[in-house]
Amino acid sequence: MILLILIIILMAGGILAGISSRWSTSLPRWISLIAVVVNFVLSINTWLDWNFRTNITDNTWILDYSMPWIQPFGISFHVALDGLSLLMLILTFFLGIFAVLISWKEIQYRVGFFHFNLLWVLAGIAGVFLTMDLFLFYFFWEVMLIPMYFLIGIWGHENRQYAAYKFFIFTQASGLLMLLSILGLYFIHGSQTGTYTFDYFKLLGTVVAPGIGLWLMLGFLAAFAVKLPVFPFHSWLPDAHSEAPTAGSLILAGLLLKTGAYGMIRFVLPLFPSAAAEIAPWAMLLGVVGILYGAVQAFSQTDFKRLVAYTSVSHMGFVILGVFAFNELAMQGVVMQMITHGISTGALFVLAGSLYERIHTRDIQQMGGFWKKIPFMGVIAMVFAMASLGLPGMGNFVAEFLTLVGSWQANPTLTILATIGLVGATAYSLRIMQKVFLGPEAKLHHELHDLSIREKLILVPMSITIIVLGVFPQFVLNTSKAPVKSVIQDNVSQPVSEVQSIEMKGGTHE
Amino acid sequence: MSKTDLISLIPLWILSSAAILIFFSVSVKRNHKWIFIITVLSFIGDFIWLITYSIRPEHQHAIEPLLVFDGFGIFNIGLILLTTLIVAMMSYAYFEQREERKEEYYILLILASLGACIMVISKHFVSLFLGLEILSVSLYALIAYLRTRGRSDEAGIKYLILAAFSSAFLLFGMALVYATTGSMEFNAIANWLNQNSNEMPLMMLAGFGLMVVGVGFKLGVVPFHMWTPDVYEGAPAPVTAFIATASKGGMVALLVRFFHALNGYQYESLVWIFASVAIASMFVGNFLALRQNNVKRILAYSSIAHLGYLLVAFLAGGKLGVEAISFYLVAYFITSLGAFGILATLSDKERDAELLEDYRGLFWSRPVTATAFSAMLLSLAGIPLTAGFIGKFYLLAAGIQSQLWLLAFILVINSVIGLYYYIKVLAVMFDKKQHEITSEQLNPLVYIMSSFTMAILTILLIWIGVNPSYMMDLIRGVI
Repeated sequence: MILLILIIILMAGGILAGISSRWSTSLPRWISLIAVVVNFVLSINTWLDWNFRTNITDNTWILDYSMPWIQPFGISFHVALDGLSLLMLILTFFLGIFAVLISWKEIQYRVGFFHFNLLWVLAGIAGVFLTMDLFLFYFFWEVMLIPMYFLIGIWGHENRQYAAYKFFIFTQASGLLMLLSILGLYFIHGSQTGTYTFDYFKLLGTVVAPGIGLWLMLGFLAAFAVKLPVFPFHSWLPDAHSEAPTAGSLILAGLLLKTGAYGMIRFVLPLFPSAAAEIAPWAMLLGVVGILYGAVQAFSQTDFKRLVAYTSVSHMGFVILGVFAFNELAMQGVVMQMITHGISTGALFVLAGSLYERIHTRDIQQMGGFWKKIPFMGVIAMVFAMASLGLPGMGNFVAEFLTLVGSWQANPTLTILATIGLVGATAYSLRIMQKVFLGPEAKLHHELHDLSIREKLILVPMSITIIVLGVFPQFVLNTSKAPVKSVIQDNVSQPVSEVQSIEMKGGTHE
Repeated sequence: MSKTDLISLIPLWILSSAAILIFFSVSVKRNHKWIFIITVLSFIGDFIWLITYSIRPEHQHAIEPLLVFDGFGIFNIGLILLTTLIVAMMSYAYFEQREERKEEYYILLILASLGACIMVISKHFVSLFLGLEILSVSLYALIAYLRTRGRSDEAGIKYLILAAFSSAFLLFGMALVYATTGSMEFNAIANWLNQNSNEMPLMMLAGFGLMVVGVGFKLGVVPFHMWTPDVYEGAPAPVTAFIATASKGGMVALLVRFFHALNGYQYESLVWIFASVAIASMFVGNFLALRQNNVKRILAYSSIAHLGYLLVAFLAGGKLGVEAISFYLVAYFITSLGAFGILATLSDKERDAELLEDYRGLFWSRPVTATAFSAMLLSLAGIPLTAGFIGKFYLLAAGIQSQLWLLAFILVINSVIGLYYYIKVLAVMFDKKQHEITSEQLNPLVYIMSSFTMAILTILLIWIGVNPSYMMDLIRGVI
């Protein structure tokens, strides 16, 4: 039930924020902040509760709630929570708070509608991380798309229309391919067992002929590969990330990309284990190409936000490399990477956004020697540049190290190539520091002042978190251990439903 | 004709008497308001009769050899009645601000809906043609109703010539089928086919081919789509809404009935004809819509594509196919009515609000209207939370169940192409620049009625999108 409440709070908060802008421009901000903070507290509370309640490893599913929705098709509103979803959920609300805070001064135009979109994106993302019904999953997948389109298209930078179109069309096209696969799976399962249902746990055991299985899996993979993004499907990302307002970039990089990774772990591997194994070498190869290509591209960008966007392409390469390595170490690394990349890249976008607010340019050629004027920001930027290049002591190091150790067991050659990506990461991260904060002092037409209290409130907790994750990663790894193990060993267990009385019936078709 | 026959025909009686009543009342005194009230009441009364009496299984029967009142037919009559009712409601405000004589419009509208109603319950070529011609002849006049507008005439003449042409094709096709089988009743033709051979004789195939021309014209599918954009653009907005919904929907229902009676799926040549028409409609409709700057033309081309989508479920056949078609029709009707209705409310005295520029910044100047229009566009694009999404989902489900992977895949590709021009309109509406609206104020009551209609449509659209079970059960119940 609490899972439903989390989503309802966001959706209702969004509508309320939208309406409240009639009376005041600060009201929507406060409503959104309260909604996200309440959700954050609730999810942290769930986590603590669960930590103290049980021995962590013996139960995969923490919460489960389902109610019938569209009976004729056997569609239910089924949400469930395990360690993996819990981590993603906490990340969502953690970054959600900062997305609201960072927009406090930046967004002055149509404040109500902005916060409506912001909260609905978060609702869609939370839904994606929770749902255990494939139809509902597609539903939430789309729900996060439209508000994001508006966020980019209305509040973005100069070239926003183009970026918003591209983002929308890429994700929608790939999403529809996933819908085809979902339907294919639905009818194959239905004709085999007689129960037509979109329920994840019932569909898990479906036996699909190898040829068809491969195509169905590619449909799912298309959606996730575009979102992630995997190398040849990444071209929407630099545009969308660099044109979006800061909160939009933060959510895109921090959360939206993670839905792709989450989808692969949650759906592609458990639903199509043999087909996934079949294409694993190719997927890993694309991952490595993405790592290197992203790094090279990032190094040659002059637009700060575009640079950070390409580092995402590079970092997400590690995710697909780890997912298709099929072992626990690599998969744990992937989960870690999802969280740390969300925080570190998100923070870099926040920095880029606050610099843009001050000097009205994103061109790093026009920056330089800022350390003297804004030392606090410099230190924070240093922390996240180091995190981005994978310095030991930061969360990103743990993530990339685990991934590489795991993928070594699967494919040493590709792993060696992937490791070169770390050198690239060092190069582009140091280039950020060199160009922006060190070097000769640039002439500025605007006054440059250091971080405000609000910005410190955003960036300091993020820095602390990224360091804590680097030093004590075990509490995260413990949380995700059980789900990751069940995916690797291909026996995802079924949760015990909270509401036993509702008997779910499948749809009927002749 | 027995007493039961007469009683079952009451839905048609009500419409014809309403038309005659208005005819006489116009000759006594012209009063827009009264005529409008008569029209609305007759549609509501008819609908109530339909859902209280005709829908009951014991009251459903065939009137040999022409008509059949079954669940599918009654569902479609109901749909057409409600659609025309909404068209009438949006017409009042639209015509109130125009100079022309308004009263005859309602007679023509009622007759057009009568024609569509006859089409959906006919099971014989004669009743089919009767319904089709009542519909078409009323439409000729409706399209050219605003005589002072140049394009209105052009559209009317274009439709007249092409529709007459296509009717001739249809008739010749029917004649060829009749010459081969000796019957014009759907079931008798099916029996003849079953008894004689599995191969279809050439003359019969030619007959069906010619009929496809007539049917394809009414549906506005490629390659018989040429009239669509011009007529959509030239006709008054409420009439365009009627053409997009009731007129096309009636033909779809008829086609489904005919094809199912014949079990046309066993003839590969027929399936191929429809499959290529579907594919061509999807691609041509969507590609031509991409470069348009006129909202009416965008909607016209998008309707070509939507009929192509619909044909995917039609080809899938089976129970799920018919369900999908019915559901999609409901969703598409609501969406089209809403879109054209909003277009009508934004129109001023001189011309319809059809240029993309008319919508610039609409979200900031008239947020509620723009939100409703966005909902309609998103529904056309098939985005969740709207009826259009469930409709598209239904079509895909039907296609995939029958293993029409290619068609389903093409549908998906076209949804993405279509997305581009729907977002284009959305983006214009959310643009920061604003378009000054300078329409003179009418009686506020007129606005209230239009807004009320649009509000109902928007709520329905989202309600069906969020909770479609009810509509699905309803459709399953009557089919």
